[in-house]
Amino acid sequence: MSAAGNTGHSGKRTEPVAEGREHLPRQVSSTAETRALVQATPRVRTDIWEAVLPPLVALCIAAVVGDLLILSFGEAPASVFSLLVKGTWGNAYGIGQVLYKTTTLTCTGLAFALAARAGLFNVGAEGQLAAGGFGAALAGLLLPSGMPALLAIPVCVLVAMFAGAIVGAVPGALRARFGASEVIVTIMLNFIVLALLNWFVSAKLHVPETLHTPAIAAGMVPRLADVFTMFRGSAANFTIVLALLAAVASWWYLFHTRSGYELRAVGLQPDAAEYGGVRVPRVLWVTMALSGALAGLGGVNFVLGYKGYYEDGFAGGAGFLGIAVALVGRNHPFGILGAALLFATLSQGGLAVNAIVPKQLTDILTAVVILAVATAVPEVQKQLRAAAASVSASFHAARRGAPGGTA
Amino acid sequence: MIVLIFVLQTIRIAIPYLLAAAGGVMSERVGVIALGLEGLMLSGAFGAALGSYYGNSPWMGLLGALVAGAVVTVVLAIATLRFKANQVVVGVAINLLVVATTRFFLRLVFDSASNSPRVPGFGGEGISNVLLASFVNPVVWLGLAALPVLGWVLYHTPFGLRVRAVGEKPEAAASLGVAVTSLRFKGLLIAGALASLGGAYLSLDQHQFTDSMTAGRGFIALAAVIFGRWEPVRVAVACVLFAAAETLQIQLQGAQLIPSQFVEMIPYLLTIIALAGVVGRSVAPAALGKTD
Repeated sequence: MSAAGNTGHSGKRTEPVAEGREHLPRQVSSTAETRALVQATPRVRTDIWEAVLPPLVALCIAAVVGDLLILSFGEAPASVFSLLVKGTWGNAYGIGQVLYKTTTLTCTGLAFALAARAGLFNVGAEGQLAAGGFGAALAGLLLPSGMPALLAIPVCVLVAMFAGAIVGAVPGALRARFGASEVIVTIMLNFIVLALLNWFVSAKLHVPETLHTPAIAAGMVPRLADVFTMFRGSAANFTIVLALLAAVASWWYLFHTRSGYELRAVGLQPDAAEYGGVRVPRVLWVTMALSGALAGLGGVNFVLGYKGYYEDGFAGGAGFLGIAVALVGRNHPFGILGAALLFATLSQGGLAVNAIVPKQLTDILTAVVILAVATAVPEVQKQLRAAAASVSASFHAARRGAPGGTA
Repeated sequence: MIVLIFVLQTIRIAIPYLLAAAGGVMSERVGVIALGLEGLMLSGAFGAALGSYYGNSPWMGLLGALVAGAVVTVVLAIATLRFKANQVVVGVAINLLVVATTRFFLRLVFDSASNSPRVPGFGGEGISNVLLASFVNPVVWLGLAALPVLGWVLYHTPFGLRVRAVGEKPEAAASLGVAVTSLRFKGLLIAGALASLGGAYLSLDQHQFTDSMTAGRGFIALAAVIFGRWEPVRVAVACVLFAAAETLQIQLQGAQLIPSQFVEMIPYLLTIIALAGVVGRSVAPAALGKTD
């Protein structure tokens, strides 16, 4: 998106790659050189309106659609929306639930965004998330129950991320080696991974009469309620700290490291990046592996932070929602935190209003937001650019003293 | 006898795949990625149940499916053709939108969270054999004809020539006077109609709509499109192959030879293998995903 949407003024965008041609290749070794290189990267001028306006337009459209749907159900929009706010940000339990959902969505949103920055569409977060959750559960089951949490949690988290990374690396490698569309491969892998895990849990490793694994022995992440008693009863847990760290790490990686620079270079101009010495195939599969690891981290939230076991189907669309989160967050790690909060609020709010309108109302709104952002971003950018061009044209016309200048 | 049952069962299972895959070929041939097939099918299934229930006739069901499919197609077309939105994102959003919307209306119209009441389907009650009875259904014949007819249209009519031109080299087509966007819109409408009829087959065959009843069939159809390299006849063969694997699984269910989950994976695994170039390089229409 960021790549596709900005081809209009690619002049500025291609500069970093063209400039780095002589310096960028593998020879760069010292950190000082790397830092100098990264700092020399011209900043892409981001108009504040280009960043903020499209999501705002999208939210307005979603609000109108929501009103219409509520009216079609014979309810008053104002009372439904106030119930939605009360059930989410109106009490500590609601806030805790929103934070819990934010955690998973942050992870899957980051997963999509990281890949998107490299020009890749990772539609496989759903499978990677499930694989991560299963990895966490497997590690938790195998570790001895007496293992101290400070040792067990990192092990389980790393296994979860590793499991997600493997599921992500496969489409990345197939794309790098054979040019296979990562969109199709990740979708197909979703089905394969979910079927495989379903088989594991239903045939090999389950509590009879259920579709979940036995309770894990070690590695449980403490609940927020253990420290802040007001969150009692909610699923919020300290995995949210890991998600925040992941957002900061992704930001650092993308904008302050050489590999992050290469990743973005590949996303903006793969051919130029290749010419500049970037090993594009390697960037492709490494990025997909990292993306999968981020999605896998999301599985920790459910398995180690909430239930204490892996349950078939726990992902429940959170992987796909990550696409919406990344879109609204403009593929920026900090934007994603805000977008994850928004969609978590919608998701929890759906449960709060379910008594009077179907909770699917908020799912519809989520889809409308995605569609509206996807359509509004290029359109608003086009309009803004047209406006800027006409202003500058009339400015020049005025300077030349030609008639018709409005300055 | 057992062979005959196998063949009939395979055809029955293949029908929704054949229709949706025909839609997928059409959509991708005009340059729009067919990720929304699942949503189009599901909207068709719901529209069919709605039409059949209120019109008290399966023919009204087909009409309902076409209307529902057209509504979703128009949303998809506006987003991808008018606003040039990213087609992968739009496809995913369309699928989410239809799942949520059908659930919402399931509760609004039928006051149920899981399924509609029983709706009229295409007869066949007088025929004792369940498998033969399903061939009274005109959608079955539509499904069998869809891909061969589409193949003929694509390669032997002026319309088909324009479709292929628009999917491969839209600039060249435009320079020869083809109205590219309008042709793409027509192609998408045809694709939407075919996919929604595939969904209609499901709900009319089972005499009710159940929540998310397409269950990944849209993606299997997309798999067949890629596996069949965008050639209608090859795609039809892929659909039948996938359906045969599913039939085999149903027949072997008692034997427990392979877990069902592994049979489910077959089409998806085959697609990945096809994409990796093992069964020959598959080349997508050149303008696929680049409608700007």
